[in-house]
Amino acid sequence: MSERGGFSIRRMPGFATVALAVFFVLYAPILVLVVFSFNAGVSIANWEGFSLQWYAAAWENRQVQDATVRSVIVATCASLTATLVATMAALGTTRRRRFRGQTMVYALINEPLMVPEIVTGIALLIMFAQIKIVTGYTGLGYLIIAHTAFCIPFAYLPIRARLEGMDLTLETAAGDLYATPWRTFRRVTLPLLMPGILAGLMLAFVISLDDVVITELVKSAGQDTLPTYMLGQLRRKITPEVNAISTALLAISIVTVTIFFLLNRRKA
Amino acid sequence: MQREAPQQGLVEAARRRVARQGWLLCTPALIILVFAASGPLLIVLVYSFLAPGDYGGVRWELSTEAWFNVLLNRDIFSGEVGLADAHLSIFWRSLSLSVLTTIITLLLGFPTAYFIATRPRETRNVWLFLVTIPFWTNLLIRTFAIMEVIRSEGIVNTGLIGLGLIGQPIQMLYTDFAILLGMAYVYLPLMVLPVYAAMERFDFRLVEAAYDLYATRWRVFTRVILPLVKPGVIAGSILVFIPSLGAYVTPRVLGGGKNMMLGNLIELQFGAGRNWPLGAALSITLLAIVMAALIFYVRMAARNEAGRE
Repeated sequence: MSERGGFSIRRMPGFATVALAVFFVLYAPILVLVVFSFNAGVSIANWEGFSLQWYAAAWENRQVQDATVRSVIVATCASLTATLVATMAALGTTRRRRFRGQTMVYALINEPLMVPEIVTGIALLIMFAQIKIVTGYTGLGYLIIAHTAFCIPFAYLPIRARLEGMDLTLETAAGDLYATPWRTFRRVTLPLLMPGILAGLMLAFVISLDDVVITELVKSAGQDTLPTYMLGQLRRKITPEVNAISTALLAISIVTVTIFFLLNRRKA
Repeated sequence: MQREAPQQGLVEAARRRVARQGWLLCTPALIILVFAASGPLLIVLVYSFLAPGDYGGVRWELSTEAWFNVLLNRDIFSGEVGLADAHLSIFWRSLSLSVLTTIITLLLGFPTAYFIATRPRETRNVWLFLVTIPFWTNLLIRTFAIMEVIRSEGIVNTGLIGLGLIGQPIQMLYTDFAILLGMAYVYLPLMVLPVYAAMERFDFRLVEAAYDLYATRWRVFTRVILPLVKPGVIAGSILVFIPSLGAYVTPRVLGGGKNMMLGNLIELQFGAGRNWPLGAALSITLLAIVMAALIFYVRMAARNEAGRE
């Protein structure tokens, strides 16, 4: 092969090597974590045979059970509420003339993406401490409202993207055929928008399920979610039980994100 | 007031109705956001000007002591004013580790983004998906993964001892190095994705033209590719720098109690430190640095846009 024939304009020497190393480094630690969740021994570095004992241990652990239920309740309530209000906001901010103050609306919706979580967490801790004194309520409501707020931008963005990519002609046609605005929305807009709404819901659910910082600061005593429970385990000796919980959470995230990807790929 | 033509009045009324509808649809989201995201920041600002309570909380009297204590301290006995060395070293660690994290992720992320962008269309989405998966998976779990790999009884140390390369395990966990490694690891996808987005639109015919004009590979890279993907590089750097600066989980898990970053110092004031106003002042300081970085970004982006036209 001549030298000229092997020359590719796209090639940059070393870039492919770095990239492949990056992919290896991205996945190797996670793989180690997953593999040792199936370890028969207590070690997280010496393989002693395959076993599901740490999954059984986590499954039977009362604290893990409670934390799981709490995580699911908070993530479900927060992601549903966030998706509902985000859908309305997306409908309000697209496909019509910009209204006065829309820039401020964008800024408010995106605020949770810009302000460091630790700052939001502290702010909520201070405010909720006051509310707790006044009302005496110490339930999961605080966590749910806090999660709803930071889930809104994650639900809003895919829904807005879907709306912006949608053709207006079908809705105009429905209007021409004397459909009421509500009927047009129910029968035309909503079905077309559904993939975006589902994608937003899934992202919001994963984001809520994974949150550590805000939950750690906002939760009342004995309100651990799975991530804060795991953070609390740090002070003890780490056994593959933590790996087992991590692997389960990873599986949920990966499945959800994969579905999200597939939903987003399918165009209207 | 000037009289409007009737038609103009109708248009104006329609416009107002649309605006009202827009606002109405946004209201529920805005109420939640103002109540549980933006609004409480004002309370933090107020608290930073109050005096600390004895057991956490605040006493309602005006005080600038908290702001004074962000960078300075007063000797209890002599009343002498000096720099708060502990705080300064934490500020320095936060800033330097965040800058280093940004540089490392850029050095690794750029070739990765370039690699993905130059794959054939069919395989490109697979590579992209492989970067996106870690991006959406739990940050705590990824930090755990790093911790388990580098701890004394972890796979790296046992492996090196097994190979006879070292006799004693190397203490990697609970050092600044561990924090840097962890942050670079967890934030790397945040660099790759925007750089890739800029690269994807890149027209390789420009590279071809440059080579035809006898440009060397290095010149092609620095004079053609780099300037055109610069917006992606800037966006990626900001996306990595900002969460690094406010990092809490990674330094707590990998840095241990001693090697704190700003986020941990803030949290400490609401836990064992019991100095809520100081924690509030530190939070506002962090927020101010983040906002400065964002404004810098917006300016840079605007200048890039202007330069292109």
